Amino acid sequence: MRRVSPRTTQALAMVYVWGGGIITVLILVVVIGYVLVQGAPGLSLDFLLTAPQGGLSGEGGISTVIVSTIYLVAVTVAMLLPIGLGAAIYLAEYAADNRLTRVIRYGVETLAGVPSIIFGLFGFALFVTALHLNFSILSGALTLVCLLLPTMIRTCEEAMKAVPYGYREAALALGATRWQMTSRVLLPAALPGIVTAIILCVGRAIEETACLYVTLGGSAAMPTSLLSGGRTLSLHVFYLAMETNAFEKAMATGAVLIITIIAINTLTNWLSYRFQRRMRGAV
Amino acid sequence: MSRHFMDRLARYVVFVTATLSFLILLAIAVFIVKEGAPTFEKVGVLDFLTGGVWRPGQGQYGILAMIAGSAAVTAGSLLLAIPLGIACAILLAEVAPSGVRRFLRPAVELLVGIPSVVYGLVGLVLLVPAVRHIGGNGFSVLAASIVLMAMVLPTVISISEDSIRAVPVAYKEGALALGATHWQTIWRVILPAARSGIGASIVLGMGRAVGETMAMIMVIGNSIVFPKSPLDPARTLTGNIAVEISYATGIHEDALFATGIVLFLFIVLLNSIAVVTLKRGTHAQSLA
Repeated sequence: MRRVSPRTTQALAMVYVWGGGIITVLILVVVIGYVLVQGAPGLSLDFLLTAPQGGLSGEGGISTVIVSTIYLVAVTVAMLLPIGLGAAIYLAEYAADNRLTRVIRYGVETLAGVPSIIFGLFGFALFVTALHLNFSILSGALTLVCLLLPTMIRTCEEAMKAVPYGYREAALALGATRWQMTSRVLLPAALPGIVTAIILCVGRAIEETACLYVTLGGSAAMPTSLLSGGRTLSLHVFYLAMETNAFEKAMATGAVLIITIIAINTLTNWLSYRFQRRMRGAV
Repeated sequence: MSRHFMDRLARYVVFVTATLSFLILLAIAVFIVKEGAPTFEKVGVLDFLTGGVWRPGQGQYGILAMIAGSAAVTAGSLLLAIPLGIACAILLAEVAPSGVRRFLRPAVELLVGIPSVVYGLVGLVLLVPAVRHIGGNGFSVLAASIVLMAMVLPTVISISEDSIRAVPVAYKEGALALGATHWQTIWRVILPAARSGIGASIVLGMGRAVGETMAMIMVIGNSIVFPKSPLDPARTLTGNIAVEISYATGIHEDALFATGIVLFLFIVLLNSIAVVTLKRGTHAQSLA
């Protein structure tokens, strides 16, 4: 049997490797392109500003859905930020290398891998049922806080760790306590990184569906308080496609969703690029 | 208040916030077990896990068909995502010029960012009719596997790429100096050295696949049957919970929480395996 020359193998392998890259990009282009092209005819200012009418064709727009989404995301971030940032500060600045820290890190890592629907079950049992918050913005937000906490902690911790060591030494040498150093030197320096973390979590909150499907209730009415139900853009896409078969409206809502996500992705990439460059320049 | 008091107070406060993740994890376990455990008493663990019939109306609670459904779509998606993802990871880490890399990496990140309902929607409108042409009614394990492949792909790519990059340059230089071609170096030296990371990427991808819910509900048909061919519809464990929890009561509700226990244990097991393999991999490389 003649052996295939290493050069032929190399050429074939390059076809395989580049093929993989091209298919990956194609998947992205097909998904995004299809939703944008199919959704574009349904997009208008009117669509964004009128309330959904319900019914089998899913008439109307998505105004109440946008308000619910923003409301939910704002409540979530308000609770998530102090907890996530606090935990990140502990892990980056205070934690000693001991068993307790390993347990805390295990908690963060494992929580990050728990699927959305399990958070949904938990939220349903604790917030919706046991605490009598019913299907509401508050139940949904509390569930989202649990789900997003690991992401928030990791990204904030990275932001803290990117601050050059010299900042800490300088502050401590001037007689600052550890907390003075953290609150007046590290946090301002890490602020752009923390903002990036927040935007990243906003993006993930908008993408999330399963845990909200069983905690938010899905009402299409305008939310009036923390205890009213609601539906996010993602949930709206699901209901339109599965319950009313209103595919045109679903595509239009999907297009809004994708444009939002692309904007958020671009913003986080740009912010973190600038932050990294500034921190490297500051050493 | 003295600054030293503030310093001590702050230390306690940030410590408490840091323990919350672990406490939430514990609370999830406690709540799901508390709600789901009665099922195991009433139905029996073995009957619950190996029962083929799920008819809540008649008090029959067996999740074997859903286990088979989840296993089928997970296996299907990994079969597609592993060769594709590893190719893309090699391209990013070893082959592509920096211009291509600068374009490809954000594209992979964007794949993670696309909401699962959007994948489900595109699958529902494009893939389901396409599968219907081959046979069956289109809502199928095949359509679900393809949708899931797109969602698992970024996990496989990014963790495999990291582990390929973590291989010491000396390995590569040594192989090239001995006259190996670039591909021989990648195939015989770099990939074997990075295998634990690549393995971990597959395990983590598997975790994502098992946990995915909404996109699966949209394309798999949700019928409670054993899928016998890729063209058959099925129902996943996650889909079973999501579809029925809003109207379930009594033991039916308990049984859904018990489904959650099975899912939760499986995911925690997968993640622990991934963490251990990744640690072992970095340990071996730091010794080199």
